[in-house]
Amino acid sequence: MNLWVLVLATAAGCYLLKLAGYLVPARVLDEPRVRRLVELLPVALLAALVVVEALASGRHLQWDGPRLAGFAAGAVAVWRRAPFLAVVVIAAAVAALIRLAG
Amino acid sequence: MLEENRRGVVRDSLGVGVAVGAYGVAFGAASVAAGLSVLQTSLLSLLAFTGGTQFAVVGVVAGGGTLGTALSSGLLLGARNTLYAMRLAPTLQVGGLRRFAAAHGTIDESTAMAVARRDPAMSRLAFWWTFTSIYVCWNVTTLAGAVGAQALGDPAKFGLDAVVPAAFLALLAPRLRTGAAERRIAAGAAVIALVLIPLTPPGVPVLASTAALLLAGSLRSSASSLRARAGSPR
Repeated sequence: MNLWVLVLATAAGCYLLKLAGYLVPARVLDEPRVRRLVELLPVALLAALVVVEALASGRHLQWDGPRLAGFAAGAVAVWRRAPFLAVVVIAAAVAALIRLAG
Repeated sequence: MLEENRRGVVRDSLGVGVAVGAYGVAFGAASVAAGLSVLQTSLLSLLAFTGGTQFAVVGVVAGGGTLGTALSSGLLLGARNTLYAMRLAPTLQVGGLRRFAAAHGTIDESTAMAVARRDPAMSRLAFWWTFTSIYVCWNVTTLAGAVGAQALGDPAKFGLDAVVPAAFLALLAPRLRTGAAERRIAAGAAVIALVLIPLTPPGVPVLASTAALLLAGSLRSSASSLRARAGSPR
């Protein structure tokens, strides 16, 4: 994959998506169905990403103990409403320590 | 009194900016671990400047996905910023060059801080201060994370592979707390992704589960609007 094409296309696409909102008439938003779908889109996308990042290794399901333990610890931190940075540190620390011990 | 208010808005915006900006470290490290260079990583933070998209793109790259799946996952997630921009446009009242600057700063946090204020002047103040403080912090910490990860070597040794799914869960959690429909959609997407991982190339599970649920959602809402129009009881 050409990473440069990916980086520049992502940057251009993201900027144009933001700019488009300032250029289109706000009437589109009056359609409640459109608004609801755009609200739900990140929910579906993020949930799928959680599963893929926790369990996939390329095309395989991989039950990697330290990775899953770190993720589980991070999930508990999210559930306890810990700040984002604490979630990140807890997940990394648990995975790293178990890997070190194993 | 008014001066006091303005100071409060600026203080809150700076607080959010520093707290949110700090997790650019996690993005910088994840991106270098996925195989992007330090320069490519920093350019994503400088130019794309929308955290969820950036994590999604490097996540798909790390999983071995194609350019097409990485880009479409990223842009799908970035499409919510269009909605934010439409919501903010009448409040910010920007024209000319300032509109191009405002567009770049239209992300989750700057929108949230702006819409939380009733007074349009305070909304504008919150938007610009939140945008600027996150932009500065996010880019400094991205560079630090990228350089740090490059110096440290194998990211799994430091548990960074566990950080990425935990970070996505942290972004998802506030949306799950808003309603039952959100929780159903999330559970459905997770199951579809899980089933598709061994069956499809990397990147496809994420796109397919999102598309399937959006389709289901739009069919459901058109069915209920038909019912509403016919005036029949549920």
